[in-house]
Amino acid sequence: MKTVIKLEKVSFSYGGPMVLRDIDLEVKEGEFLGLVGPNAGGKSTLLKIILGLLRPTSGHVTLFGKPPRTGRVKVGYCPQYTQFSRNYPITVEEVVLLGRLGRTRILGGYTRHDHEVAHLSMESTEVLSIKRENISDLSGGQLQRVLIARALACEPEVLILDEPTANIDQRVEVDIFELLKKFNQRMTIIVVSHDIGFISEYVTRVACLNRTLVCHETSELTGDSIEKLYGAHVSMIEHTH
Amino acid sequence: MEFLAAFSEQTFFRYALIAGLLASVGCGVVGTYVVVRNIGYLAGGIAHAVLGGMGIAYFLGRPPLGGAIITALLAALLIGWVSLRWKQTEDSLIGALWAVGMAVGIVFISRTPGYNADLMSYLFGNILLVSRSDLILMGVLDLLILACVGLFYKQFQAVTFDEEFARLRGVHAEIYYLLLLCLVALTVVLLIRVVGLILVIALLTLPAAIARQYYGTLLRIMGLAIIVGGLQTITGLAISYEQDLPSGATIILVSGVTFFLSTIGTKFWREMTAQHRKH
Repeated sequence: MKTVIKLEKVSFSYGGPMVLRDIDLEVKEGEFLGLVGPNAGGKSTLLKIILGLLRPTSGHVTLFGKPPRTGRVKVGYCPQYTQFSRNYPITVEEVVLLGRLGRTRILGGYTRHDHEVAHLSMESTEVLSIKRENISDLSGGQLQRVLIARALACEPEVLILDEPTANIDQRVEVDIFELLKKFNQRMTIIVVSHDIGFISEYVTRVACLNRTLVCHETSELTGDSIEKLYGAHVSMIEHTH
Repeated sequence: MEFLAAFSEQTFFRYALIAGLLASVGCGVVGTYVVVRNIGYLAGGIAHAVLGGMGIAYFLGRPPLGGAIITALLAALLIGWVSLRWKQTEDSLIGALWAVGMAVGIVFISRTPGYNADLMSYLFGNILLVSRSDLILMGVLDLLILACVGLFYKQFQAVTFDEEFARLRGVHAEIYYLLLLCLVALTVVLLIRVVGLILVIALLTLPAAIARQYYGTLLRIMGLAIIVGGLQTITGLAISYEQDLPSGATIILVSGVTFFLSTIGTKFWREMTAQHRKH
């Protein structure tokens, strides 16, 4: 299987103590990787390095065998929605169309093809019926689906989601992961979460990050390894595959 | 009405009205970005720093509007660069540029021999002094602004909405941010004749802020802001003519009052409909 993301001995610090140390990670085509770890464990930093928004202090990153800045055009990114102001005057459809940037012409408006791709993306995340609504009027779950649609409009080979179910009630969380499971049939998915028990039902592999990275096949996940990562007092949630 | 009679009889009055409408176009379009991106303070800094360039141009005996265009663009790039590189101290650095620009202007004006009444009109605006060549310049600036926004509408939307995502999609966010500030600079120059550079910030933000209360997409806000701005300038001009008041200040007062009324009105309306829904 093809390697889509490769990190070799990646370390990073914002100038002070090391946030990430000697991270090795190889993500294969078709994987559904869960990236978990405690708050301030470096999850968002690691995503930023993969996406080329931050340069590692040492080590090497490639996306599709290229440096992140060129490889990232094939990546659909879905940020935490605290990233932007929800007061910005923009409709659902306009947000999704922004995903076409980098895939469409530079000058002038969007092409007919862009509108078709955006339409399909909204259809697959079930937000087509609210496409004319303003994002300030959406619920948390709806907005998350819109952001996923925007990431799909990039026609990505890898979909990266940062805490897609934070601030969302549990029932909607299940819906969103069912959706991701469906997309996983045609693309690689990396999802960041703090809720290890929940995501292990969906992902094929869990990467545990707390400055250093430990990977587990979901079937080998034990109370021991989680405890090592979080410190102590973690109750193991049983699940079957 | 005297105002209507003046319009049909006097050329300078017709010019004043056309100038007001031309200014509203740039204001409505660029002001919308200023409002949604919350960069009113940056725009204020650019506007005031312009006096430096106008003072120097005046001292050298060059046309002040030419000096204004060059300094406005330089100020925009400088302030943009400061805001991108030194985010933490952005506030005080822009404050410094704001004051230093004005001080440079005043020093050069004081060193220029002769009567300085003309420069006062750039500070506080005198729409009745607009000449035919000013109108042509304003028209060209409007076309330039509309062309830029038309060509890069997607990128401006991406950068002002979610800069990080825009960058990931290969949009050079810094370049578009600076380009946007340059458009702010051109709009400032557009408004100097109408309300003067001290009052520019009001006409750059109020029409768009009013339009923002009624519409939820950029294009509609821009359209309504152009109409609102045009109505405010014409009303202000009419009142200033009938009551013999300074035109720039009257226009600003009209837009201030409409903004106030609109804010109260929309708030009241929202509470009414919210109550209605409860019952």
